[in-house]
Amino acid sequence: MIDELVIETKNLNWAYNGIKVLDNVSMDIRFGTFTGILGPNGAGKTTLIKLFLNLLQVEKNSILIRGKDIKVYSRKELAKIEAYVPQNVKIDFNFTVEQVVLMGRTPFLGRFDRESGKDIQIAERAMKETSVLGLKSKLITQLSGGELQRVIIARALTQEPIIMVLDEPTSHLDIHHQINILSILRTLAEREGLTIIAVLHDVNLALEYCDNLFLLDQGKIVNSGSPEKVITPEIMKDVYNLNVKITKNPFTGNIHMIHDYA
Amino acid sequence: MVFLILVLILLSAIVIAGSLGSARISFPDVVKIIASPTPSIDDGIKDTSRIIIWKIRLPRIILTVLVGMGLGVSGAVFQGIFRNPMANPYILGVSSGAAFGVTLGMIMGLQITFLGIGAIPISAFAGAISASVVVYLISGGGRDILPLLLSGIAMGFLLSAMISLLMYFNRSQLENIVYWTMGSFNAANWQKAAITAPVILPGSIFIIIFARDLNLMVLGEDSAKSMGVSVKKSRLIFLLVSTIITASAVAVSGVIGFVGLIVPHAMRIITGPDHRTLIPYSMLGGAILLLIADTIARTIIAPTEIPVGIVTSLLGAPFFLFLLNRMRNPK
Repeated sequence: MIDELVIETKNLNWAYNGIKVLDNVSMDIRFGTFTGILGPNGAGKTTLIKLFLNLLQVEKNSILIRGKDIKVYSRKELAKIEAYVPQNVKIDFNFTVEQVVLMGRTPFLGRFDRESGKDIQIAERAMKETSVLGLKSKLITQLSGGELQRVIIARALTQEPIIMVLDEPTSHLDIHHQINILSILRTLAEREGLTIIAVLHDVNLALEYCDNLFLLDQGKIVNSGSPEKVITPEIMKDVYNLNVKITKNPFTGNIHMIHDYA
Repeated sequence: MVFLILVLILLSAIVIAGSLGSARISFPDVVKIIASPTPSIDDGIKDTSRIIIWKIRLPRIILTVLVGMGLGVSGAVFQGIFRNPMANPYILGVSSGAAFGVTLGMIMGLQITFLGIGAIPISAFAGAISASVVVYLISGGGRDILPLLLSGIAMGFLLSAMISLLMYFNRSQLENIVYWTMGSFNAANWQKAAITAPVILPGSIFIIIFARDLNLMVLGEDSAKSMGVSVKKSRLIFLLVSTIITASAVAVSGVIGFVGLIVPHAMRIITGPDHRTLIPYSMLGGAILLLIADTIARTIIAPTEIPVGIVTSLLGAPFFLFLLNRMRNPK
């Protein structure tokens, strides 16, 4: 299982109203890795991950999930493999945290089934993983941004997926919450073998937490591989027009990017 | 438990509604008459009471309960689909479509009947369904929620203007049309109840079966899809079924405001937003509210009857403001 390719794209193209959004994207994502997708606004990052989830229509055989064309899976089948944490979740109804997390069991339930004790156990374990078990009776409308994000991740975990896809899971959060969320994801990848794919906007956080990075610009993959390989001063100049230096984080030993703010 | 209490409240409301009116009938007699429709020898109940209950009050009560259930259910569905607690069953133009149909029918002097149902309910139903279908189609088949909402509003304005125009040139019908749009059950009969029940009851049960999809859709379209819901298909089913429910309710009672907006709100306070319980609760809540409102409408200044839509709006508008306030300052 360890070397299994969970997602492959082959020369993936995608256009919206005749405008090319993704241009010949080929990528491999391996089981149990934490993959970061980086790139400036409008690079096509969100489109790419929505295609991974079959939320947008894609041509036959351009995305393979566990070796099979994404088109052959039904929505329910796919929901048992992939879970999604969208950007800026907003819920106007007073569901409790537990109710929202339990919704992740839907793909496993028949039309007339109610959640069983086993489903509740799975939801509780997920809430424990993301430290929201103590909030389970709270209303979803009363949570802070960081709490809500952890609840949505717990909901995704409740699907018992192999792959979790997240769209900017740390945007709009304070820095300590950003670190908290990414540490949770890192742990899930290492301990549970969950494959994590996250669109990230903070390059340094991506360097700290990801095994692999894909750098997207104008719909094309401009660089991919290990963090050291992907983030270089030349690439940052090309893609973001920024002057940067690469150094080492003295705490973790991982590479770190610093800016020339002039 | 709370559900049982609501059932008891509804049953009591039915007995009270059966008792009140120009001829007072005692509560035990109402129960006895409903329990045994055929007169038995010397049970001491007057034949006139029996006739009043079975021919006049009971059909009206049953029809009111059905319409209340329908409006409660479709209100909850529309609020879920539009992810907006302020949505109501008339949002896709059902009410203005029905009013337009009735206006047109009255002016043309339409004289059709179908299964014992007269021209007004038929033209109301046809107008309601046509208006919603047009709204659905011009907004791109419900691909997105916002165009659907805006098209519904635009359609409402357009039809209102056309109704006003028609009324302006046909002033003789003005009073009838205006009176119909206020909503009333004074033309209730068994035929109407018999034709409304097989639409509203199975429709509501169907929606309860699919209610879990509504929960997921409240989290957003992409989230729902990623949890295995075929959002487009589910949404179409919900819109279709609840539009038919609303249209048949409007066809037999006119435009009764606020029930579909307020009942799901009130029930959400009692039972929470899980649509699997919210929808059965909204059925009961709608029935109770509308039955009380109609009983007030026909008894408060008897022998004159006021349109029930006026009563629901008088009760509903202040309650709505209370809810708005509650939402702005939660606890």
